[in-house]
Amino acid sequence: MTSHSVFNRRRILTAIAITGAGALALAGCTTANPSSSSGGTGSNTVTIYGPDTGTEATELSASWDTWAKDNGITINYTGDGNFTSNIATKIQGNDLPDIGMFPQPGLLAAAIGTGKVVKVSSDTENNVKNNFSSDWQGYVTSNGDMYGTPLDASVKGYIWYTPADFQKWGLTVPASYSDLVSDIGKVQATTGAAPFCAGFNSGTSSGWPGADFLAELVLSSAGADTYDAWVKGDTKFTDPAIDQAFTLLGQILQNPQYVNAGFGDVPSINSTAFADVAAKIADGSCAMTNQATFLEANFSTTKTAAGATPKVGSTGDVWAFPLPPVSSGKSAVVGGGDFAAAFNSNDATQKVMAYLSSADWANSLITVQNASFISANKGVDATKETDPLLQSAIKTLQSPDTVFRFGADDAMPTVVENAFWKGIVDWTNGMPQAQAEAEIQAAWANAG
Amino acid sequence: MSATTDDLPQPIAHRSERARERAIRKAENASLSDTKRRLSSTGATIAAVVIAVIWTVPTFGLFITSFRQPADINTSGWWTFLSNPDLTLSNYTNTLQFTDTITVAQSFVNSLVIVIPATIFPIALALLAAYAFAWVNFRGKNILFIAVFSLQVVPIQVALVPLLSLFSNGVTIGNWAVFPGLNLNGVEGSFARIWIAHTIFALPLAIFLLHNFIAALPNDIMEAARIDGASHGQTFFRIVLPLARPAIASFAILQFLWVWNDLLVATIFTSGSNFPITKLLTDLAGTYGQTWYLLSAGTFLAIIVPLIVFFALQRYFVRGLLAGATKG
Repeated sequence: MTSHSVFNRRRILTAIAITGAGALALAGCTTANPSSSSGGTGSNTVTIYGPDTGTEATELSASWDTWAKDNGITINYTGDGNFTSNIATKIQGNDLPDIGMFPQPGLLAAAIGTGKVVKVSSDTENNVKNNFSSDWQGYVTSNGDMYGTPLDASVKGYIWYTPADFQKWGLTVPASYSDLVSDIGKVQATTGAAPFCAGFNSGTSSGWPGADFLAELVLSSAGADTYDAWVKGDTKFTDPAIDQAFTLLGQILQNPQYVNAGFGDVPSINSTAFADVAAKIADGSCAMTNQATFLEANFSTTKTAAGATPKVGSTGDVWAFPLPPVSSGKSAVVGGGDFAAAFNSNDATQKVMAYLSSADWANSLITVQNASFISANKGVDATKETDPLLQSAIKTLQSPDTVFRFGADDAMPTVVENAFWKGIVDWTNGMPQAQAEAEIQAAWANAG
Repeated sequence: MSATTDDLPQPIAHRSERARERAIRKAENASLSDTKRRLSSTGATIAAVVIAVIWTVPTFGLFITSFRQPADINTSGWWTFLSNPDLTLSNYTNTLQFTDTITVAQSFVNSLVIVIPATIFPIALALLAAYAFAWVNFRGKNILFIAVFSLQVVPIQVALVPLLSLFSNGVTIGNWAVFPGLNLNGVEGSFARIWIAHTIFALPLAIFLLHNFIAALPNDIMEAARIDGASHGQTFFRIVLPLARPAIASFAILQFLWVWNDLLVATIFTSGSNFPITKLLTDLAGTYGQTWYLLSAGTFLAIIVPLIVFFALQRYFVRGLLAGATKG
């Protein structure tokens, strides 16, 4: 019996030893890469976590590779399509990257609110103040302190069309929104088919293209002050100014004779993926659609009626003009963009932040081959941009006469943003306008 | 007297009992063969084939789509290939060359590196726990087992933040660091966090399934082993392990498929160069969805390994699904 218990004890000891060795092996992974006290990684490695994936991620890496090599810094970029939901988990779990790339000012504001985002260094602050308009500076400033830098930008509110068809129908680029609506009517009378197409389907973000369209109309018809009040929640969705924008939007998107070219009836807008409209513009079955500059990326895989890949340009197969203003005045642009914010003040992290806010990086970004990125950085040399559409977008962003506003949905609190998207989808499905507005407005009660 | 009166009817009772048993068995057999006959009738076979075809059509469509030209995928349905077959391998080559911090091929290797330990660890731990719950008597056993069992109802999403916080902050009570934290934030090349996370999430179900199987092993075998002087360790390694093989295999399939298909745990607990293939699949479509036509090809590349595992262990699968189902 004694020999048995000795044997047993040895067994147990062996088991403990094996478990211990396993634990040491796991711990070994940790000691190999000592991390700094502030939660970031080693002194010369900077991790950036952002929403851009695939081609865009490769282009971003290309934009800073040379600089990083020259400065002996390794930048590890991690792209995550679910960034907007996962960053909250990472912040709560204290698993922080060195730098986060926030695609929405509302999300950045929420991150700043957690107290985990550190203020920018004086180098970065000077860069941001010199290179960006006050509209842009406002998005990275909280209570008078600067917490980040704007990175890239996109301009929304372009009407994509086929120049050859416009010529055939005797149309020119409309000067006002009412001209646009009457032009759509003319095309409908000529062809007998719906001329305008839209797609709102985008997974959990379904509805955003409609929300952007509405925001463009609010900014254009009611002006920047009302727009800002609306984004803050002071002007309600049920307000006459917003209601008027809904009505203007409905002149196109709720008219069964005008939509949804190439897809079906009005509710088919909801089932159409936002990027799929590119194929219908390319093959000519849809005469016009409203989408941001980045729709250009989708044309590379489409075919014209003749079976060729469409060429984007004013004399090419597809081209775009800015959404004409509702009432004349300063040109107002609704857009988007990403913001970088640092989670620690390591030397390397702060150096990268300063570089990302500089004109050098912005110029490097737009000259990455085939890149669809542009920047609102005033130091950007627009002539270096080879793509004519992006070049015009950069010039619009840089012009001192341009009023720039972030897409209203992205700037609102997340609960309101989601309700906004859902309200747009419901409205397209046939919910009365007043009811849809009230439904979205109700979400402000949960915005905290 | 009493003996005779008592003895007399007994054989009759026995006989009638036996007759009844026979009748029951006969009826059972009849109903069994009836079910068998009904299930293998022409009508049932046709119905099964129709269901199988309907079930397979979308997968087949996806398969065809993966070989079509990108522009065709964008503009028409897969069935149009019947009239206009214009097939290409470019989707597969483009998918394999797709780079997003790492290439699809690297992520494929990452998936294997994640999934193999994340299958072995929970099974190894759960087997030991299951054996203890089934055949070792200790105080509080039932309460502990119910506690483990009830952990199954905790959704993964609820546990993400606390677990992440445990990994990065550790646990300190007062000034005493109970667990110092792993310090693995943003460290490239370490899979420790995702292995631990998957193991933790798998354990409740693994212990439950394996316990029910191991507890159902005949008591006689265990007693015989004990009488022959086998310790718990010897009983475990020489008797329980070989007998539990079907249950282990079936749980291994479940766990393998779950970890292979997992995206949520992987995006939270790994970073950059450690992403598995599911993460790359979600990125294939591009930031603006401009290359979504690659998804069908990517999907077929990603299911190769699960298919191999499934077919290799398939014979255990049906048996294993019943593991734990029969124990009251």
